[in-house]
Amino acid sequence: MLDVKTDTGAARTDGSPAEAPPLVVEGLSHAFGERQALRNVSFQLNRGDRTMLLGLNGAGKTTLFSLITRLYNHRGGSIRIFGWEIKHKPSEALARLGVVFQLATLDLELSVAQNLYYHAALHGLPRREAASRMRREIERVGLTERMRERARTLSGGQRRRVEIARALIHQPRLLLLDEPTVGLDVASRQFLLDHVRMLAREEGLAVLWATHLIDEVDADARVIVLHQGRILAEGPVPEVIRGANASSMREAFDNLTGERDA
Amino acid sequence: MRPVHYYRCLRGIVWREALRFLNQRGRFLAALVRPLVWLLIFATGFRFVLGVSIIPPYQTYIPYQVYIAPGLIGMILMFQGMQSSLSMVWDRETGSMRTLLVSPLPRWYLLTSKLIAAVIVSVLQAYVFLAIGYFWGIHPPHMGYLTVLPALILAGLMLSSLGLFLSSVIRQLENFAGVMNFVIFPMFFASSALYPLWTVRQANERLYYICKANPFTDAVELIRFALYGKFNPLAFAVVGGSLVVFMTLAIVGYDPGRGLITRRGGAE
Repeated sequence: MLDVKTDTGAARTDGSPAEAPPLVVEGLSHAFGERQALRNVSFQLNRGDRTMLLGLNGAGKTTLFSLITRLYNHRGGSIRIFGWEIKHKPSEALARLGVVFQLATLDLELSVAQNLYYHAALHGLPRREAASRMRREIERVGLTERMRERARTLSGGQRRRVEIARALIHQPRLLLLDEPTVGLDVASRQFLLDHVRMLAREEGLAVLWATHLIDEVDADARVIVLHQGRILAEGPVPEVIRGANASSMREAFDNLTGERDA
Repeated sequence: MRPVHYYRCLRGIVWREALRFLNQRGRFLAALVRPLVWLLIFATGFRFVLGVSIIPPYQTYIPYQVYIAPGLIGMILMFQGMQSSLSMVWDRETGSMRTLLVSPLPRWYLLTSKLIAAVIVSVLQAYVFLAIGYFWGIHPPHMGYLTVLPALILAGLMLSSLGLFLSSVIRQLENFAGVMNFVIFPMFFASSALYPLWTVRQANERLYYICKANPFTDAVELIRFALYGKFNPLAFAVVGGSLVVFMTLAIVGYDPGRGLITRRGGAE
């Protein structure tokens, strides 16, 4: 699903954006005081794109996610989700966005079902519809029998699976995951990677997956290499590797970031 | 987002608060034990130490426990308000505040819903306290149980919005322990909760003015008057005004464009 990049979203305003791309980031810059966290970052996600945002800790991934999820507003540039500028039309933009945060965000005192229902309520879903979507999503991550149990009784990997199910309950077409595999065992990590790959390929979900683990970047994905707040390379993984005169993603990453440091 | 979405969202937030509350019965008991200890032990011990003269809204001499009952209700509301803000600081650290803030309804609405949920719980606690107090000689007029309700809600909103504002400014839980000491106790003691302000005035004029300026005093007086079917316009104005101020500060604190989160940056 390495589709041709189009510019349909670039000139779009805050109108009715039925055909707009899931995510367009343009000229995004952000600073905390003196520290420049992001410099002129631009990229686009199309339908079905699974894009790995690869960068070391401190590269600016969390800042980028905080801006896209509107924890705070960006100052320079623009972020459009299906054509809706997040700063001006936050409700429209956020309603189309699913997020799995780096931190665990389940309420451990509540059951799995209660956690999911709470999320559905925040998105204004009616109870009945919420219940059927909850069943479907939780079944897909294989935790149907755990629905009534407290989140506290789940393992780390299971909690993450619940968080993915939760992020999809309001049927977003764009899914953001911020280092979702941190602290997980190999099997759980593989499950998440496979599940998200399936979502992108079979359902056309656009996915932005932040990671500092080069192993997670597979050949079918797109990759954005973020380093010191700048995008060093972007595109399908094989192209990025070729562009960096490398034979593997790891080598490409070293070449790209090494050049920059030198 | 249509009005029905707003309604469902509020219902969800209140429902979650209620569930958390039911799951933490220890918290409910602890919140009740505190004022009951004051009522059953402290008030009994001080019964003959403090002479309480006839002051409005009372029409006769009253035993000390009757005097401090509204103050202890204020204490319940304040602790509950601070506790819900404590849970917000905690929420923010664990990230469940992030899930709230990334949902599509406007942020002021989400915060207000959270506040309303917290107040519902604390009003419930106040009534349980009044029910137990009935067996300890606290007998307001029957209508008082009804007329006190709006006062409880308003005072609860004011104290919870103060907590909400503090939660937007305070980053670490460690600091919150300090806030308990530096906010709750001074506000409680420098108020009319435990002693009529005229006794304070006799002892220390400056402290008297501090107590007068403390919005918690007005919260207590609003409740005290309402419990006896009377309306205290000054207390109402101060409590209402403080609510507006604290709520505005809290919304600014959580505002993505201006707020303190912005200046500090993310968790990176």
